[in-house]
Amino acid sequence: MFLINCPYCGERDQSEFSAGGEAHIVRPKQPTELSDDQWAEFLFMRKNIKGIQFERWNHAHGCRKWFNIVRDTRNDKIHAVYKMGEKPPIK
Amino acid sequence: MNKNLRITNNKFIDQTSRISFKFDGKTLYGFKGDTLASALLANNIHLVGRSFKYHRPRGIMACGSEEPNAIVQVGNDASMTEPNTRATEIELYEGLEASSQNCWPSVNFDIGAINNFFSPLIPAAFYYKTFMWPANFWKLYEYFIRKSAGLGKSPTKPDKDIYDHRYLHCDVLIVGGGISGIIAAKTAAKNNLNTVLIDDKNILGGTTLFQENECFKINNSYSNEWLKKEIETLNSLKNLTIKTRTSVAAYHSYNYILARENLTDHLDLNEKKDKIRQRLWKIRAKKVIIATGAIERPLIFNNNDRPGIILSSSIKKYIDYYGVKCGQKISLFTNNDSAYETAISLSNSGVSVNSVVDIRDKTNSLIVKQAEKLGIKIHWKSTVVNTNGYKRINSIEIMKLSDDSSAVVGKKIKEECDCLGMSGGWTPRVHLFTQSGGKLKFREEDNVFLPDKSNLEQISIGSCNGDFELYEVIKNSASSTNKFLNVKNIDYENLEIISSKEMDKKNIWLLPSDKPLGKTKPFLDFQNDSTANDVKLALREGFKSIEHVKRYTTTGMATDQGKLSNMHALGIISETAGVKMGELGTTTFRPPYTPLTFGTIVGRNVGEFFDIIRKTPIHDWHLENKAEFENVGQWKRAWYYPKENESMYDAVQRESKAARDSAGILDASTLGKIDIQGTDASEFLNRVYTNAWSKLEIGKCRYGLMLNEDGMVYDDGVTARLSENHYIMTTTTGGAANVMTKLEDYLQTEWPELDVYLTSVTDHYATISVCGPNSKKIVSKVIPDLDLSDSNFPHMSFKNAKIDKIKCRVMRISFTGEHSYEINIQSSYGKSVWEKCFEAGKEFNITPYGTEAMHLLRAEKGFIIAGQDTDGTITPVDLQMNWIISKKKYDFIGKRSLYRSDTIREDRKQLVGILTEDPKEVLEEGAQIVADTNKKPIEMLGHITSSYFSPNLKKSIALAVVKNGKKLKGKKMFVPMENKTINITITDTIFLDKENKRLNA
Ligand SMILES: [Zn+2]
Repeated sequence: MFLINCPYCGERDQSEFSAGGEAHIVRPKQPTELSDDQWAEFLFMRKNIKGIQFERWNHAHGCRKWFNIVRDTRNDKIHAVYKMGEKPPIK
Repeated sequence: MNKNLRITNNKFIDQTSRISFKFDGKTLYGFKGDTLASALLANNIHLVGRSFKYHRPRGIMACGSEEPNAIVQVGNDASMTEPNTRATEIELYEGLEASSQNCWPSVNFDIGAINNFFSPLIPAAFYYKTFMWPANFWKLYEYFIRKSAGLGKSPTKPDKDIYDHRYLHCDVLIVGGGISGIIAAKTAAKNNLNTVLIDDKNILGGTTLFQENECFKINNSYSNEWLKKEIETLNSLKNLTIKTRTSVAAYHSYNYILARENLTDHLDLNEKKDKIRQRLWKIRAKKVIIATGAIERPLIFNNNDRPGIILSSSIKKYIDYYGVKCGQKISLFTNNDSAYETAISLSNSGVSVNSVVDIRDKTNSLIVKQAEKLGIKIHWKSTVVNTNGYKRINSIEIMKLSDDSSAVVGKKIKEECDCLGMSGGWTPRVHLFTQSGGKLKFREEDNVFLPDKSNLEQISIGSCNGDFELYEVIKNSASSTNKFLNVKNIDYENLEIISSKEMDKKNIWLLPSDKPLGKTKPFLDFQNDSTANDVKLALREGFKSIEHVKRYTTTGMATDQGKLSNMHALGIISETAGVKMGELGTTTFRPPYTPLTFGTIVGRNVGEFFDIIRKTPIHDWHLENKAEFENVGQWKRAWYYPKENESMYDAVQRESKAARDSAGILDASTLGKIDIQGTDASEFLNRVYTNAWSKLEIGKCRYGLMLNEDGMVYDDGVTARLSENHYIMTTTTGGAANVMTKLEDYLQTEWPELDVYLTSVTDHYATISVCGPNSKKIVSKVIPDLDLSDSNFPHMSFKNAKIDKIKCRVMRISFTGEHSYEINIQSSYGKSVWEKCFEAGKEFNITPYGTEAMHLLRAEKGFIIAGQDTDGTITPVDLQMNWIISKKKYDFIGKRSLYRSDTIREDRKQLVGILTEDPKEVLEEGAQIVADTNKKPIEMLGHITSSYFSPNLKKSIALAVVKNGKKLKGKKMFVPMENKTINITITDTIFLDKENKRLNA
């Protein structure tokens, strides 16, 4: 059970949040111009990293805001939390 | 009670307060402070169970949570009985009833014991190998295996006890109240840290509490006296919370810890009533100090499992703490110094110690010398090669070890005894450390795995960190705690400590015997009954990984998770396979550390508190009118309203007919409602629905279909345009929360430039749907001021109106295909408006109908239910709803996926209608549809998604998804059932009123 530092509310128990998969996958602006393969890449392909991973989370039972975190999947350590639209503070 | 087995000068047991209890039906007596195990031993009862596989007699072996044999069933009440509890952890109380678990029919005569004679035939994985074939015999085998295997009886009635959950936050949590935990707790609390100290026993102090030995002194006092004073100072510290009878079940990342506190288990039967039995603490600690101690290891030799063979430190606790002699003539067997402490304790209490058998060469530590001074005989460099006695040990056979200790030599000495204490060294309790994700390192000199790296704010101190001697425990616990907490407590710096130091170490995982390995029974895992031979066999058969060997032999897989056996299993694998212990790695310890009852896990979340129950404002009316309810998500929805003795089928038929014949009324309050506002509201709807929204006039409604990005139907509902930049969207009942989340996701992450605000208003409004040919008349009685003419108020429009002085919104929309109105009004008026409509409708026989009739009515019209006729694999094209997909819009969620190679396949499953050849035959939802019953294997073409008998059409109707269904209209097919094959025809999905005449009737 993580403690997640919601950028809007502060530190809260993981049970208040829901995970939203890999971060920084931008929905194509012109989907109609993509081939099946390109669209499939956006639609289906997600990384499953052992190590540092960028993830979307939603404070579902709190402020309902979406934000990003940088988490090490090996030990669940959260290295950074940042708002949607912001650049990740860690490479 | 056997008087000879109790010593009287005991500080911990109140020998003036006698307690009666029952074991295996027999009434026995013990004292306040006893555990069930100590009381049984005081009654000279060692035999408490039968072993799992061979049904060998087994006795109490330990004194704590690591006990493998004394697993008992407590209580015999159908709602209160609890299996798999350890007699060593049950505090004795007046009225306790316990029974042996792993025996049938009784512990003294056990049918399964015959397995012992056949044991050469029961090697590792016997059950897997023998009962594998034929597969359908398994049901039969399982019955007998389970019956004789002794997994305990589960209660058959609901648990009457109360359980509780609570949160706890602290700066420092210390797990374990032995000497090192006490040092840490004092250090933390004295330095103004909010500290919690928990221990699973009823009092603090660990084993030092009863360590009264010349070889262990602090500032000229016995270690126990010194510790007693430390405990007294703890009680005066303000920042410290002490929780005894509390055991940590799980240690998760982020220092999140679950601990179970026993509140009433130790109370007399009549005092337990109406009190909370156990509490689960959910602890968030900034820092955690693990001080969980170590477990003594058994020794692995032939017949090391007989009743009366007990861990040496447990014998010491029974005599020094409980005042109970485990025997009158005790022998000890060891590979380290601990057994000498036991020997001295026994000797001081007047129990005759036959001898100590020590596998080491002569050693001269302080404690060994003291034992010798007391005249205790020692067999150096010797081993026990066998034990005798069926239901209780009566003798041991001792032989000398060869020079290299790989074999035994010389003459066999037989020594009579009624108890054998064994000590194979110590295993640090690193379970919680590894649960929390910590990595272990191996220390060669005494073969222990120790805490190494952790990512959490935690340390391990004391013997769970590999410090086994008093001096080291005190010094290192104090300095590690200071460093970890960044404080300076000097209380422990200038102590004068006398502490016997172990000078020689020696370890043999599997002790040699005078008999060949196949002829011996050296048990490794006492609870699961696997021997060292089983592990060796597994290795011969090619298993290499510890995890595989463990599963194949079931070593370490019992309820004790191999607390006693894991190290030996690893040691034997290491020796046999020639791999270093440190490289083998250990098995993973998983929570809970000791078993938890389900009651503790669920706490108060039972019965009506199991999940949130949502009720509509009209709920009470449904109750008064005898509705049966259906769960839709968390909602309770009126399902149907049976009249006296009416079946569900009859009620639904009656309700469905009435709605079309005259008038029906439905509580639709549960439909999700989302208020959408902002200058980009229309653009937003354009992007989330498949159809176009910009041109929808204010005052009008439109049906919308929402897809996932993969093109599959996600949700549907009607949205009304309240003003230029204001809409109200309805969603399905079950989809409301998910739709809201999904829309917020897109708004916040993909389209933050849109000026749109979403508010969930589901609970703000009650929604009352009045439908049927007489609906107009009824609504005009309820809202006389509202012009209901088709020209003023056509289908798919809404009007703002007032009922008395209360504002409401009336929508002319229909899910049944009938002329209908949906009145939306502030929730608190829901019930009174419903009653008003009902009253107004009485002259038209207005009939309340539930969700089942609603489903039937919409199926007659071929309207889909998202989630019933769709399942996440159905596109709008599959539903033959191409009309709802805007061709003009550049993009909407899921658009691109509608022409992926897979979604444009012609032979996808498509929605069709189904009629049965026999109009009375109602199909089962989920039934498969086939075209050819002769070709084997039969190709499944699709399945029924909705099926009803239509009272309005007087025939069976169904919706289904069928491969290439679009092109199969009129084709005859089959639905094969268990006992018959049903002939069907593929039809159009609309069964009633294709021309939509009834909407405007
Ligand atoms: Zn928040």
